[in-house]
Amino acid sequence: MNIDNETIAKMAHLARLDVNPNEQASLLKDMNNILHFMEKLNELDTSTVEPLIYLTDEVNVFREDEVQTEVSPADALKNAPMQDGTYFQVAKVIDKG
Amino acid sequence: MLSFHRNTYFHAMHQYSSLKSVQSEIKEGKIQLVELVEGYLQRIEEKKHLNAFVEVYADEAKLRAAEIQKKIINGNAGKLAGMILGIKDLICYKDHNISAGSKILENYNSIFSSTVVERILAEDAIIIGRQNCDEFAMGGSNENSYFGPVKNDADNTKVPGGSSGGSAVAVQADLCMASLGTDTGGSVRQPAAFCGVVGLKPTYGRVSRHGIIAYASSFDQVGPITKSVEDAALLLEVIAGHDDHDSTCSTAPVPAYSQQLSFTGKKRIAYLPETLNSDGLDPEIKAITENTIKRLIEEGHEVEPISFPYLDYVVPTYYILTMAESSSNLARYDGVHYGYRSQNAVDLESTYKKSRSEGFGDEVKRRILLGTFVLSAGHYDAFYGKAQKVRRLIREKTDEILENHDFILLPTTPGPAFGIGEKTDDPVVMYLADIFTVQASLAGIPAISLPVAISKSNLPLGIQFIGKRFGEAELLAFSKYVLNVTKKEVV
Repeated sequence: MNIDNETIAKMAHLARLDVNPNEQASLLKDMNNILHFMEKLNELDTSTVEPLIYLTDEVNVFREDEVQTEVSPADALKNAPMQDGTYFQVAKVIDKG
Repeated sequence: MLSFHRNTYFHAMHQYSSLKSVQSEIKEGKIQLVELVEGYLQRIEEKKHLNAFVEVYADEAKLRAAEIQKKIINGNAGKLAGMILGIKDLICYKDHNISAGSKILENYNSIFSSTVVERILAEDAIIIGRQNCDEFAMGGSNENSYFGPVKNDADNTKVPGGSSGGSAVAVQADLCMASLGTDTGGSVRQPAAFCGVVGLKPTYGRVSRHGIIAYASSFDQVGPITKSVEDAALLLEVIAGHDDHDSTCSTAPVPAYSQQLSFTGKKRIAYLPETLNSDGLDPEIKAITENTIKRLIEEGHEVEPISFPYLDYVVPTYYILTMAESSSNLARYDGVHYGYRSQNAVDLESTYKKSRSEGFGDEVKRRILLGTFVLSAGHYDAFYGKAQKVRRLIREKTDEILENHDFILLPTTPGPAFGIGEKTDDPVVMYLADIFTVQASLAGIPAISLPVAISKSNLPLGIQFIGKRFGEAELLAFSKYVLNVTKKEVV
């Protein structure tokens, strides 16, 4: 299968990325090459195979649900690009006009 | 090969072979640990052109050295006292910056330490700095770093491998005694092979992933990059084991790997004919693998060819799954809570889109887009679901081989270190460089790259052994033995 620019635009929106128009052609070519390479798996019959999802044999570990303060509000905010000491700040979401 | 060193202690350190000798020399007053640190700092300065370190912790390393020196003399020092380590720029260390080789985390300061860092510090290791890597560990050449490419110390026109390229070069060039890297599809083993050092990827779940910046969570493992198998064993012993902060981390007890390195007896070893007949395998790598097989047979081990019919499928399976997992893991970089925010953002959606588009590099964006695609409605079953099924086939076949054999022997890489810029045009060509390392990653089992030879053009060459699940003790003991029996005899 081949994907087109419209599919890339849709994926870019889902992944919250912008595609630079100058790079669109090379991105399309690379993505199609990679997808063709991935389609090699269709040569294998997997109709009776269960997907492998968990790589560990560990079972769920239960513990008491206790309140622990591992990250202070100050630490949580310290790497924010914009914050006011209490909240993360973002661009205006609702324009009151 | 070495330039002049003013620091006489550095010369002694330069022959660093084992931590034990460093510890006893400190105890006997022959070496001051602070001077040892200063020697490494000087060496890092001299080798700055390699671009191995993103940041060096000079002052605190010296302060810590003074404290640990006292502990060694008083006899109450930890297992790693005297060891001067670097950590990949993907491993969190509280109150230190960490960037994952990305602009999006350029000024991020970690608010906690990874479990592996806590454990090495508790045993008195000195962390001398953080090391350059491919952005979010996505790459096999260290050319995808926001901080620029890293150079191989054996030949500055060649890549060091990746993604833990800075970590491998730092050990190769004596900028530290050992490094902690991370391995998702070969990111410890492949650079170790390119740089002539030892690189171990533990069993999935052997080491906590808490505080490791996530790339593909069902693959990622921290692994040591060292000069010797002894140091790899000691580091694994310290970092492995159950952690309340990572529910995928195994509760299985941790053997004293460093005490279990003596090897006797005869082993059954499988090699995969498909790997030796694969297109593009470098003749010298083929020769060292065949010579190793011959050498082991001469030593009385049973070494036999076992067919592995999935070799052509391992790389596509690996990339479908890791791209899917990374598209999900990297959703957290939103320009809101931490990291880079675009100045061009005008509303919430453009905050996300512009921050991510300006903050991530090209390879990362390509993988996020493809990962989003293979997980999207209409394509999930054909790509992601299919790859999960093939992963089971690969794991079952590999486990079956290891039921009848102690180890699998195969090359670490198809060729020696390639030229900087040589493979950047075609992502598929770059991905195929992972062909021999991803099998163990897909199966979640331990594997080690051992430096066994130097090519005619003076580049390091490695071979790889894969071991049984949680069989690191046997794998390490055998690796030490292999380095002894193949010493200077291969090639």
